[in-house]
Amino acid sequence: MMAEQLFWFFAGTAIAGALLVVILRNPIASAFSLIVTMLSLASIFFMLQAHFIGAVQILVYAGAVMVLFLFVIMLLNLGHRETDLKRAPAWFVAVILAGVLASQLVPLSGYSRERMALEYSHSASLAEPAIVFDSTMNAAGLNPVRATQERGVPGDIAMPLFQQYLVPFELTSILLLAAIVGAVVLAKPRI
Amino acid sequence: MPLVGPSLVLSAILFTIGVFGVLVRRNAIVIFMCVELMLNAVNLTFVALSQAHGLSGQVFVFFVMTVAAAEAAVGLAIILAIFRHHKSVDLQNVNLLRG
Repeated sequence: MMAEQLFWFFAGTAIAGALLVVILRNPIASAFSLIVTMLSLASIFFMLQAHFIGAVQILVYAGAVMVLFLFVIMLLNLGHRETDLKRAPAWFVAVILAGVLASQLVPLSGYSRERMALEYSHSASLAEPAIVFDSTMNAAGLNPVRATQERGVPGDIAMPLFQQYLVPFELTSILLLAAIVGAVVLAKPRI
Repeated sequence: MPLVGPSLVLSAILFTIGVFGVLVRRNAIVIFMCVELMLNAVNLTFVALSQAHGLSGQVFVFFVMTVAAAEAAVGLAIILAIFRHHKSVDLQNVNLLRG
């Protein structure tokens, strides 16, 4: 199946980019491999029917945030350091902690919709996920595929964003204002 | 709902790599990039599960991206201040609060 092969290709590039972020010594090379990871994730978002999120991922993450990172790296003229990795004891702790985390996270990924419906509905017998999830999802207009068919690509996410989550959306603007003021105050040598 | 399980595996792997990077590196900017990597992994989880459980997951991804952008701006300003003070961004030097 074509889509599945494409998914595994982009998953491979995402993991390779993430490993290069950790391994490479030069921060600029790390930043570029992080861009590779973000672009692969954007294409995976497109595959998962989240077109708007994929576009925003490219614009905001790969565009704005990473340009900010590269700007700061070049402004500070980093990239000539040899001793960037921690010494051996820290490596042992890191390997053990990451191993424990992975051994707990990866089994969680054995996702089954039936089991989730069973836990969600609190019933003893096996619940039908179509009844548990799809009816409420369709009534609220939250089914991703149907929402995109009915309201178009930005419209599918715009309706829950501006109806159900309007107050958090407005609070985000306060957060952004605080971040702007905070960044200016922190970065200025003399206020 | 294809690809939900593989996406969750991928996001678990990416999150673990991010944690590993935070623990192993000393350069503040690279640590920061690993934090962004972890946020991206969580975004992938949200998007994958939004296929089965409704569009609210994608709205949450939108909010996570906003918070990440704000965090990047403030964090990089803090790193600039640290660099101005210590002439490096090595976090081994920043141990003023250590007892």
